[in-house]
Amino acid sequence: MSNVNAQATAPAHTNDGEPKDASRRELFAKIGMGSLIVAAAGTGLFTYEFFSPNVLFEASPIIRAGKPDQFAANTVTLDPQSGIYLVNGAKGFYALGAICTHLGCLTAWKPELDLIACPCHGSRFNRDGVKVAGPAPEPLPWLKVWLSDDGFLMVDKSTLLKEQEFVKV
Amino acid sequence: MAITIKEEFERVKNTEAWKTIFRSGSGSSNLHRSQAVQQNVFLHLFSVKVRSRVLEFGPTWYLGAATLSTFFILVGTGILLMFYYHPSVPQAYADMKDLQFAVASGVFLRNLHRWSAHAMVFLVFAHMFKVFYRGAYRPPRQFNWVIGVILLLMTLLLSYTGYLLPWDQLSYWAVTVGSNIAKAVPLMGKQIRFLMLGGNEVNANALLRFYVLHTVILPLVAVLLIAVHFWRIRKDGGLYVPEKKQ
Repeated sequence: MSNVNAQATAPAHTNDGEPKDASRRELFAKIGMGSLIVAAAGTGLFTYEFFSPNVLFEASPIIRAGKPDQFAANTVTLDPQSGIYLVNGAKGFYALGAICTHLGCLTAWKPELDLIACPCHGSRFNRDGVKVAGPAPEPLPWLKVWLSDDGFLMVDKSTLLKEQEFVKV
Repeated sequence: MAITIKEEFERVKNTEAWKTIFRSGSGSSNLHRSQAVQQNVFLHLFSVKVRSRVLEFGPTWYLGAATLSTFFILVGTGILLMFYYHPSVPQAYADMKDLQFAVASGVFLRNLHRWSAHAMVFLVFAHMFKVFYRGAYRPPRQFNWVIGVILLLMTLLLSYTGYLLPWDQLSYWAVTVGSNIAKAVPLMGKQIRFLMLGGNEVNANALLRFYVLHTVILPLVAVLLIAVHFWRIRKDGGLYVPEKKQ
C-alpha cells in the first residue's frame, strides 16, 4: 500500500512547479483562441452586413392605380409593372397581389376562364385570390386599398389584409 | 553540313537560359523525364509514371479530360465575351444581341460558350456515373469523390449564375423561380434570397452579383478544386484500373 501511495504522490509532487507553467500557457492559448473566435464572429457579421444593401432603389410599394371610373364594373385589371390586380367587384374595389405564391411568377387574368392563371407551374386562382388548382401553397394576398384626396385609387403592396375589405366609391 | 532539327533542339536545350527555366536540362533518361514532370509547376500535379492501361480508352472513356476541355473552352470564350458585355440593366440584353448580330465571331463565341456549358454539365454527370459504376470512388479515393461532388455543385452554380446574364425573359423568370426556391430554406430563407439578389426583386443588384459570381468567384473556386482533384489522383495511387480479365 505504501508503495502505491508513494507512486501516486510522487508525480504530483514533481509536477508541483509545472502545473503553474502549464496553466499559464493554457490561459494564453485560451485567450488566443477566444480572440480568434471573436474575430471570426466579427468577420462573419461584417460580411453579412456588407452584402446586405442598406439602400435599395426599388419601386415604392404604394401604387397610384388610377381613377375609379377607369375600371369598368365587374372587371379584373392587371398592372404588370407593379404586379397587382385591381378588381371592380359587386361589393366594391379591392386589390390582389399578382405574384404567384408558389415561386414568384407574374400571373395573368384569363377573362375566358374567369380565372387568374400562372404561366410557370399552372396554379389558378379565382377573382378573390383563392387557389382553385396547381401547386400554389397560399391564396393571392389582398392588399390595402384607399381613395386618395385627389380621387385616385391607391394600393399598398406592403400591407396585406387579413380579411376582405372593399372600397366603395 | 545541314543542321537537323533534332541537333538544333539539343543545342537550345543545353543553353544556360533553357536550363534555368527547365532544370532537368537535356537528356532522355528515366531520371531526366521524371524530373521534367516533377519540376514543372503544372505537370507536378500528375504522376511521373502511369500504367499504360490507364491511357487506354476503356478505363475512363476520357470523360474527366473531356470535362476539363470544356472548362478550358468556357474560360477562353467567357473572357472574350466579357470584352463586350456590361452587367447592367438594360444594357446586358442589348450587349447579348450585339454579340449575336454585330460583333465579329460574336455569335460563334456565344454559342460555343453556351454549348460547352451544356456539354460540361453532361460530361460531369457522365464522368460521375463512370466513376460510380466502376467503383473507382472506393478507398483510397473516397476524398477525391467528395471533391468531385463539390465540383459538380460548382458546375451547376456556374450554369445557374450564367443563365441570368442574357437578361431576357427566360433568364429573368428562371432566377425569380430559383431565388424563391432558395427562400424555402427554413428559418433564414428570406435572408438567403435577399443576399443572393442584393434586394427583394431580381434587378440590377442581382445581375451584378450573379456576374461577379459567374466570372470571378466560382471559376476561381473551380480552378482551385480542379487542381486538388488532379493532385489527389497521384496521391491516391493513380487512376483506378480494374484487373484485366484474362
